Amino acid sequence: METLSLLASGFTVALTPLNLSLLFAGCFVGTLIGAMPGLGPVNGVAILIPLTFAFGLDATSSLILLSAVYFGTMYGGRISSILLNIPGDEPAVMTTLDGYPMAQKGQAVDALALSGVASFVGATIAVIGLSLFAPLLARAAIHFGPADYFALYIMAFATIGGVAGVDPRKTLLSALIGLMIATVGLDPISGVPRYTGGNFHIYDGIEPIVALVGLFAISEILMLLEKHIKDRVGAIRVDGWMPSLSTILSTKWAMVRGSLIGFIAGVLPGAGASLGSVMSYSIEKQASDKDGTFGQGDPRGVAAPEAGNNAASGGALIPMLSLGVPGSGTTAVMLAMLISLNVQPGPLLFERQPDLVWGLVASLYMANVTLLILNIPLIGIFTRLMAVPTWALMPIVAAVSFVGVFSISNSVFDLEVMIAFGVIGYILRKMDISLVPLVLGLLLGGDMERNLRRAMSISDGDWSILLQSWISITLYVLTLAFLALSVWLAMRSNKRGKSRRFEA
Amino acid sequence: MRVAAIWTSKLGMISAGFMAFAALPADATECIAPSNPGGGWDFTCRTIGRILTELDLVDGNVQVTNMPGGVGAVTYAMVASERSDDADLIVATSTVGITQIAQGKYPAGVDAMRWLGMLGADVGVVAVAADSEIQSMADLNEALKADPSSLTTAGSSSIGGWDHIRLLIAAREGGVEDLPAIRWVQFDGGTDAVTQLIGGQVDVVSTDISEIGGFVESGDIRLLGVMSDERIPAFSDAPTMIEQGIEMTGYNWRGLYTGGDVSDDAYNTWVSNLETLYNSENWQTAAVEFGLVPIWRGGDDFEAYIREQEKVTADISRDIGVIQ
Repeated sequence: METLSLLASGFTVALTPLNLSLLFAGCFVGTLIGAMPGLGPVNGVAILIPLTFAFGLDATSSLILLSAVYFGTMYGGRISSILLNIPGDEPAVMTTLDGYPMAQKGQAVDALALSGVASFVGATIAVIGLSLFAPLLARAAIHFGPADYFALYIMAFATIGGVAGVDPRKTLLSALIGLMIATVGLDPISGVPRYTGGNFHIYDGIEPIVALVGLFAISEILMLLEKHIKDRVGAIRVDGWMPSLSTILSTKWAMVRGSLIGFIAGVLPGAGASLGSVMSYSIEKQASDKDGTFGQGDPRGVAAPEAGNNAASGGALIPMLSLGVPGSGTTAVMLAMLISLNVQPGPLLFERQPDLVWGLVASLYMANVTLLILNIPLIGIFTRLMAVPTWALMPIVAAVSFVGVFSISNSVFDLEVMIAFGVIGYILRKMDISLVPLVLGLLLGGDMERNLRRAMSISDGDWSILLQSWISITLYVLTLAFLALSVWLAMRSNKRGKSRRFEA
Repeated sequence: MRVAAIWTSKLGMISAGFMAFAALPADATECIAPSNPGGGWDFTCRTIGRILTELDLVDGNVQVTNMPGGVGAVTYAMVASERSDDADLIVATSTVGITQIAQGKYPAGVDAMRWLGMLGADVGVVAVAADSEIQSMADLNEALKADPSSLTTAGSSSIGGWDHIRLLIAAREGGVEDLPAIRWVQFDGGTDAVTQLIGGQVDVVSTDISEIGGFVESGDIRLLGVMSDERIPAFSDAPTMIEQGIEMTGYNWRGLYTGGDVSDDAYNTWVSNLETLYNSENWQTAAVEFGLVPIWRGGDDFEAYIREQEKVTADISRDIGVIQ
């Protein structure tokens, strides 16, 4: 009941004209950004953060805008996956597997409508979970000591392997590069400069937002510069606007299963939407692919990963808000934004700023409805956006990135850092090394180190403190179980892949 | 047509973004906050900038620029090398900045700038969990004298930072000798440290009152002593250090400096304008809302205070081995 009354007061926060218009604008722009090939939630949120500073929005309004953009990109990501076979963002990769074949068979409208509904179901289930469980997690979190936080970060790094990449060695390499970059700057415990070369500009370390914009937006520009315009696959004609209701209904259990799996993946720090959609798809395939239709345009193969990635993006807000630990690359960007707005997400956020939290939750409910309304009838407009030529798109992305980063610190040095990260990102992508582990390493590495060293300060250097609480022991057990499960799944899919090759 | 409409709205947003950055007249008064938006230095610049305009002490608006980096070192280096004679520039600073200078973490010493004045201060406090056995500063210092490593102390600064240093000054004045043996745990903010205090991970927290006042009100934590000359009105039950026989104060003051080559005339104008601002209703209200105690020190008085604080901080930093 307490939750309901808090939620009601949240709706009064979210329903102010300013926040309402930010919500609509955020949903719209988010869907647009998500629909553009390559631009995903991280780009959308990272590019818009400096604009929230420029417009002088308060923390609640900024968070509402960015969450709307976040959810919007998760909705929009599917559009180019289905129509162009180019994932609009990383979690939408799985949607290409059955979405594009559906479009080729002339069922593009069904696929788009179905994925819109699946996104709605997934996101709604996640927001309900957020309203029910986030306060519980927040109350439990006060018992988390530095040693427990360290265990949590260990778990996050263990799950990175599931987020990205085919080759575990490359994932590990990427995460290690991120961890190394995280050690640059003043040592937070003793105040001694590390790897700064005496340069005051990096005494505070590498600003994660600057690195993120460089890694994702600038490297994307470089990738597209390299590709010739004529490489772009032509858009598929979309005939008729009436989706078949029976197709949508036939996937209802795929949506529910996908949502639950995605939600759990989202709540796990470091897992997030990509893992949510991959797991939703692979488990749905195991559960219901009896005739081998998956991969050839099975509606359930579109519904499950779309529900999964949207549920995960909602679930990822729980650890971000109640523990101060981001559950995905995008919430990591949002976390950085909140801290720079002087809002400290964590166990006390719900006590200290209930307006902010419940205003956000209420606006997420409304964002879901808005997005469903936006997405179904406006499919045609978004489809036509696919035709925007690269030469028009990329200069805008470049301009927004440069203006945005400069406005954070008024420092040309940061622009140089951003370009350097763009080049690093480009090189890593050319070598098929996923950038997500690098980002998580950079964002979480500092906190992981700090918590380890805090635990060491408390215990006066006695390592046994790491295993002294039930929370940390439980987290280590879960980590081991997760690792065992992923090894088992990897071996199984390996075996399946082999047997399929033999059949062919 | 529809596509065109989408692009117009998108371009509109972007150009609105551009315009927000372009609105900066060339000779406007500028206040640099050497940090990201939010937090103490940003508050100093934004509030003082607003009130300077409200009181007509400057022409037009005061442009606030965020220039984070090196806990203020980036800004310090820039002002020293590029804008040392710019009389239209003021920079926010605080005890944190002086602590950095005293420990040699800025590119130049205090003589590189002209110090205008302090306008308010946050008050340092020492707190324990509500159910702690420690009832007073005397209890705390006795425990630390008997075994300096028996208690875990924490706050929002790194080792040698102001939260740490002022706790050690209180301990030293209370007769504790082995200061380096006292365990210190850094957290990212006062509230993080207090969370750990409530959760029982640490025993004592030293930090500013403004950030953690809510937990005192909620009864989760108890104040052992406040580091001000007089008791804080909002927490009048908590005794000062001086009342408990510990001769020290631990303010985290907020103030401003300008370039080292600014003329005496321009410097004196700034000092008198800031004193006018300090005495205004506008500032007194804004400071209290932000949890500050209004305190004024300006001009030569402030210059002398800065040099004394730098010396005291450098001395204790040497005692605990933070600097050689």
